[in-house]
Amino acid sequence: MNDFKPQLVAFCCSNCASSAAKVAEGMKKALPDNVKIIHIPCTGRIEILHLLKPFEEGADGVYVAGCQEDSCQYVSGIAKATKRVMYVKKILEELGSEPDRIDVFNLSAGKGQEFVEVAYKMVNTVKELGPFLSA
Amino acid sequence: MSEYKSGSNLEKVLNAGLFAFTGECGPPQGANLTHLKEKAGYLKGCVDAVNVTDNQTAVVRMSSWAASLILLQEGLEPNFQMVCRDRNRLAIQSDILGAYTMGIRNMLCLSGDHQKFGNHPEAKNVFDIDSMQLIYTTKTMRDEGKFLSGQDIDVAPKLFIGAASNPFAEPVDFRVHRLAKKIAAGADFIQTQCIYNMDRFRSFMKQAVDMGLTEKCYILAGVTPMKSVGMARYMANSVPGMDVPDSLIKRLKGAGKGKIAEEGIKFALEQIEEFKEMEGVAGVHLMAIEWEHKVPEIAERAGVLPRPTF
Amino acid sequence: MIVAEPKPIKEILEMVKDLKKILVVGCKGCVTVCNVGGTKEVGILASSIKIYGKKNGQEIEVEEYTLERQCDPEYVDEIKNIIGDYDAVISIACGVGPQFLSERYPSSKIFPGVNTKFIGGAIEHGIWSERCAGCGTCVVHFFGGLCPISRCSKSLLNGPCGGSSNGKCEISKDVECIWDSIVRKMMEQNRLDELIEFKPPKSWITARDGGPRRMIREELVK
Repeated sequence: MNDFKPQLVAFCCSNCASSAAKVAEGMKKALPDNVKIIHIPCTGRIEILHLLKPFEEGADGVYVAGCQEDSCQYVSGIAKATKRVMYVKKILEELGSEPDRIDVFNLSAGKGQEFVEVAYKMVNTVKELGPFLSA
Repeated sequence: MSEYKSGSNLEKVLNAGLFAFTGECGPPQGANLTHLKEKAGYLKGCVDAVNVTDNQTAVVRMSSWAASLILLQEGLEPNFQMVCRDRNRLAIQSDILGAYTMGIRNMLCLSGDHQKFGNHPEAKNVFDIDSMQLIYTTKTMRDEGKFLSGQDIDVAPKLFIGAASNPFAEPVDFRVHRLAKKIAAGADFIQTQCIYNMDRFRSFMKQAVDMGLTEKCYILAGVTPMKSVGMARYMANSVPGMDVPDSLIKRLKGAGKGKIAEEGIKFALEQIEEFKEMEGVAGVHLMAIEWEHKVPEIAERAGVLPRPTF
Repeated sequence: MIVAEPKPIKEILEMVKDLKKILVVGCKGCVTVCNVGGTKEVGILASSIKIYGKKNGQEIEVEEYTLERQCDPEYVDEIKNIIGDYDAVISIACGVGPQFLSERYPSSKIFPGVNTKFIGGAIEHGIWSERCAGCGTCVVHFFGGLCPISRCSKSLLNGPCGGSSNGKCEISKDVECIWDSIVRKMMEQNRLDELIEFKPPKSWITARDGGPRRMIREELVK
């Protein structure tokens, strides 16, 4: 269980999350290599199916990183994404899985440190839960 | 040839211009006759007629017509209630014939609380007809000797038709018009929901009198003695269409521990005195639910005993 | 439009357990408009079933198809060449869909993926409300354009009852008392005389009470 390396997919918006990613790079803070980042213009563009597909393809966890609720560049994008993440949590439960395998985080642009911390946090959470498709 | 519509005791009392006094008795949640007969025992001789509720609050109880027959056997006159929630027009007309044949002479026509409130919320809603149409149906059967289908009835059921009125339910402006509508549909007597706000009720009655409604129909004011501050608060906050003035709640609180029920009765007695003098009010309907043992005392203190006999 | 809601996935999974090849069929009609049975939702259900299969060590093949409507034979016909390949078909159209599919493809196992609720419309994005009970004899014009049959919990024609409170029905604060609205509107429009007029008992013959119904346009029938 301890040497299990979960595969994560992270949807990051071009505003807060991506700029935070750049800062992290500048600070030479490395992201864990088992987190695949998908850059999208705004988290509001994420559909429920986008959040399910990684699990279908074998991911152990998924997260969405976007702006703070009151500073979303497209106003309500992160609010919409949050609702969709909650919906997928319910689906995971109905499928007999753990809702914590998916989550949403609000970041501020330029907070490189946070961006990396969020990634490690999610990796640890999912590591505890074990592989999504258990043996 | 009787000049009465039904010849019921209640009708005779009201027709004679005497102040009527009716009570209430809920059937048991089972086939237990003992408690029912006990409650009936308290009411005997104190009231002109006894309302027998019909699956009240959508909780299944012994049927109203059956409990009404028991009351008849015990020497009381039932006021058989029928709600529209549980029966279609076939069963309704059928039950009216049955009830009349077995000696029942008063019927109260009600909508009925939605089954969501009761112990069988998954039941199918009937509401084939509404309370207004039920009044009309009963009147048509009695005065025209016809079923709703237009067919003749061989022996028409002669029932004294009652309905309920809530002067404080919303929308308030429409309430007196709805009362007028029920009277036009055929209601012979009305029992209101329990009153606590005397000022508002006074203006409601004034409207009813001005519209000539009290000449066509006998209106009985509903009275329910408050047993506790908790009861007063519950009525004020959780029962739709109930107007409980703060002054009453204050008064009950002020009575002091152990004396609240007595204060509640005092208030009810004051109300009854006022109703005796209020223009258009033909009597009082006392709803002392599960407090039937208090009815003889209240009736005595209200000065309504002995009840008239014919 | 017809408004439906998705069945719990658990319930759907129970219907198709141990089946290996499933076809999910959506509908571009009403269920697309209320976001429960369109192409998107077909995709979500298909993905969910596949994930479930993988999680439990089974490979469930799920195909997706969305028909223009499932209530017209010509569209239902479209899948005639592929439906035979599947162990089960989940229709996420309204109640008409699974039935039309069952009638057209009697040897296929058809399951309903949604619970059809009512005829209604959108109040705002994401919220739909019941408006019509399909009683077969529309009389909304007698009630200021509001229907007491579908919107009064007791279907009163001479309402309101004594349970109306603050414009809400006695059964729930979330349910509007339509009679409160009818009376207010008509009194404001000085139509009290219409309100006072006695409405006689309704004939339910044209409603579902009279038996399952048909509607025929003679001039269109061949």
